[in-house]
Amino acid sequence: MAAEAQKVPAGKPPILRIKDLKVSFDTPDGEVHAVTGLDFELAHGETLAIVGESGSGKSQTAMAIMGLLAENGTASGAAIFDDQDLMQLSQDELNEVRGKEISMIFQDPMTALNPYLTIEKQMIEVIMHHQGLGREEARAHAVEMLRAVRIADPEERIHDYPHQYSGGMRQRVLIAMGLLCEPQLLIADEPTTALDVTVQAQIIHLIAELRQKSSMSIIIITHDLAVVADIADHIIVMYAGQMVERGTARDIFYRPQHPYTQGLLRSVPRLDRVGGTALQAIPGNPPNPVSVPAGCRFRDRCEFAQDACKEDPPLRETDDGRASRCVLEMDREVSR
Amino acid sequence: MQLPPKETLLAMAATETADDDPFAAALAQEPVRGRSLWSDAWHRLLKNRAAVTSGVIMIVMVLMVIFGPMLSEWSGDYTDWDHTAAPPSLETGHWFGTDAVGRDIFVRTLEGGRISLLVGVVATLVSLIIGVSYGAIAGYYGGSTDKLMMRIVDIIYALPFMFFVILLMVVFGRNILLIFVAIGAVNWLDMARIVRGQTLGLKNTEYVEAARACGVGHWAIIRRHIVPNLIGVVMVYVTLTIPQVILVESFLSFLGLGVQEPMSSWGALVNDGAQDMESAPWTLAFPAAFLTITLYCFNYIGDGMRDALDPKDKS
Amino acid sequence: MNAAAKPQAKGQAKTEAAAPERKPVLRVQDLSVHFSDHVGHLFSRTTRTLKAVEGISFELYGGETLGIVGESGSGKSTLARAILGLVKPRRGRVLWMGEDLVQLEEEEMRARRKDIQVVFQDPVASLNPRMTAGDIIAEPLRTFYPHMANLQVQERTRGMMKMVGLLPNQINRYPHEFSGGQCQRISIARSLVLNPKLIICDEPVSALDVSIQAQIVNLLRSLQKKLGLSLIFIAHDLSVVRHISDRILVMYMGRAMELAQRDDLYRKPLHPYTNALIKSVPIPDPDLAHAARRENWLTGDMPSPFNPPPGCVFHTRCPYAVNRCHADIPALRRLEHGDWAACHRAEGLDLSVGDG
Repeated sequence: MAAEAQKVPAGKPPILRIKDLKVSFDTPDGEVHAVTGLDFELAHGETLAIVGESGSGKSQTAMAIMGLLAENGTASGAAIFDDQDLMQLSQDELNEVRGKEISMIFQDPMTALNPYLTIEKQMIEVIMHHQGLGREEARAHAVEMLRAVRIADPEERIHDYPHQYSGGMRQRVLIAMGLLCEPQLLIADEPTTALDVTVQAQIIHLIAELRQKSSMSIIIITHDLAVVADIADHIIVMYAGQMVERGTARDIFYRPQHPYTQGLLRSVPRLDRVGGTALQAIPGNPPNPVSVPAGCRFRDRCEFAQDACKEDPPLRETDDGRASRCVLEMDREVSR
Repeated sequence: MQLPPKETLLAMAATETADDDPFAAALAQEPVRGRSLWSDAWHRLLKNRAAVTSGVIMIVMVLMVIFGPMLSEWSGDYTDWDHTAAPPSLETGHWFGTDAVGRDIFVRTLEGGRISLLVGVVATLVSLIIGVSYGAIAGYYGGSTDKLMMRIVDIIYALPFMFFVILLMVVFGRNILLIFVAIGAVNWLDMARIVRGQTLGLKNTEYVEAARACGVGHWAIIRRHIVPNLIGVVMVYVTLTIPQVILVESFLSFLGLGVQEPMSSWGALVNDGAQDMESAPWTLAFPAAFLTITLYCFNYIGDGMRDALDPKDKS
Repeated sequence: MNAAAKPQAKGQAKTEAAAPERKPVLRVQDLSVHFSDHVGHLFSRTTRTLKAVEGISFELYGGETLGIVGESGSGKSTLARAILGLVKPRRGRVLWMGEDLVQLEEEEMRARRKDIQVVFQDPVASLNPRMTAGDIIAEPLRTFYPHMANLQVQERTRGMMKMVGLLPNQINRYPHEFSGGQCQRISIARSLVLNPKLIICDEPVSALDVSIQAQIVNLLRSLQKKLGLSLIFIAHDLSVVRHISDRILVMYMGRAMELAQRDDLYRKPLHPYTNALIKSVPIPDPDLAHAARRENWLTGDMPSPFNPPPGCVFHTRCPYAVNRCHADIPALRRLEHGDWAACHRAEGLDLSVGDG
């Protein structure tokens, strides 16, 4: 809810500030610019959703912040977290920050867990490493976290191996592990994409609860706008490496400005409405990242494209924190 | 085969894209050339300096062992009584020196290289042919066929290899052919295991299922879908097997079980040189250097191919 | 499973009106697929049986789309593979135009494959990375018409590419040069190239971005209309199937839970599991989503498929379960409007969905 975003005392500096982030990859096809100049801020206790198609640069943004880019990738810009620029830290210093102050949850819950260790071993290792607790204390803490993410019978289940858990339970274990050291920032990269829709609902519910209980900031990355409707304070929509729109969740869902955001909203199938069974697709495909066209990158797929779109549209920002990268000044009230 | 009428096709294209200009344009255009995974891998390999350098060195090496001996005025089995155990010298024409009985080390090293490289390539080919067909059949048919075939592999695997080779040598006498057979007969086991594992994985891919669902026959599936996707792994393994085989041959020769005089190999030369190591170190140094360089190069090429064919970090 | 064995005998009036043809092209009768698995060590081996599909029956009419929905582990993909003859069913019949495919020898089955084609979930994994788009699309042609002239194969391939919205000049490109949505179009072109009568789509859009999902669903719909195809469209949730299905079969742990007309199912689900599936689809509206959060959603996890609960398999997670559900297996029964549900309490529950 938009109002909840302001639960932070005014004047406190943002927990994370991204300035002119650029990520590029060296590939056989040439240089791929995955992210081209992204700026945003994240307040304490805020939940920010970054939404976009595959290839929009949303995941690479998170990877760059965490210093986890693939070998052929390079990042520039600044990611200021707690007065230190994450981009300038060494791998050792980053390791200290990762897991302790910033946690990350990945899409595939199976590959993120070591299949040869019990859940207990994997969780206790993290706690003992980062918090210097004893084994018994660490175990108690781990059980408590598992209970918090609604694993039934955590005292018993903690001795199991990852394959004995279902997909949804594994993702909950990963969330529990992400929360072990009470990080100030949790980054979740498509946390529900690999899961069944019923389990997705459980995980979203869990994140919504965590958000209310703690002052942790959350960045959630997804390709499905519907998933974050309930949990995001602010939403950034990315397209072809750029931010195309930013606003509060209510702004994005009820008054989307950019034609791409509007298209995304229309292509979400809705069960809460009766009738109207035709899905409205956005025509075409995202541009090839090697040769992004000049001007507005969404131009080829946009129903409102005009001559002015051949120039790079500026990111127009307004006082209420909204931004849109479109020459048209649109403010469309979506029927509810 | 009945084709839907052209108008239907165009109507469909029109419903799909609001603007059918790109279609009309594309129809007039020549097909775009695709970039296969092979050409991608090749480009990645060319960017790998160690692999490219190694490749160049190996090409030079092969040319040298073939044509090098012709450059020298000496032949490998000629005994030059004027210069026994002579150090390397440009004046005498013994560029790498001579051994205790006056044979030219330069020529002998290159001639030995012929045998070493030949053993490496031929024995690897033997293991390649047996291993790939065996492994692919076991993996593709699976079930009890697979179980039986792989148990046989396990049993052969359990035999002590050196013992096996020494036994062969003792019974049949020392013979260069036997070395090929002995090494190849043991090396295919690894190849069969690797290929079987890969095939098992490939068999369950959706494109193989899709091919089965389309009614494509077993052999066509193996030929079109399984083997082309195996080649990468097999090639890497081959490049890594060649040096291994060369090393095994050297080891056998070092033990005195390898090639027989007057033929020689790097392993045999290293063995000879080791005996005169103190008085004539060049007799050891040159064959050993050639052997080592070759082993390094093949390993670098193999590593380079593995990285090129299996790019983990493709964004 | 008697009730399930002959479901649509009378209750099909509604579909018949909508469907262009009256006769079912495909009739699946009491189909069961079991997998067994050996556990334990050499001396105390026990065999566990996984009932991946258990007693499924349905009919599919010409030009009709049947949606099959269930979570992972519901057996929906196994059902598809059994119909395609890729796994052997333990019992039951798959009648294609009146002929039982299960009984056919491999060679005879191969000839029938022309009529029934498949599109798989993973757009990248279902295309051989070493083949060009053109070769992939032409493969079925080359299999069934080995003597067809190259030029004709080319022309047909380009025609198919155009039909699914790909540029024909991309014919020599490789799968990795296409985006996920385009790869799925290649799969669809391959499945259409032989003019089949039925296409089984096994989660064709689950791996795609939301904006591309809509494109593929609309493409399938328009192709179906133009070519008079029958479709079986498998999905793991109820959101996308709504836009393409005439009827929907909901599966849970290998069993049929509900088989109903599309609009009936969304307006008034008969089975609590269907209701839970509908409720778990996220709503792209912050206020509604926030309000819906308080509503009851599906708790707990799916029980182990090796050891399914007695009685109704859904009773462990069902908010409406009564004693009877723990003991008796509910049969798939015909209820109002010719819709079918396997729930003891189907008549008593009102699970209607409001207008939101």
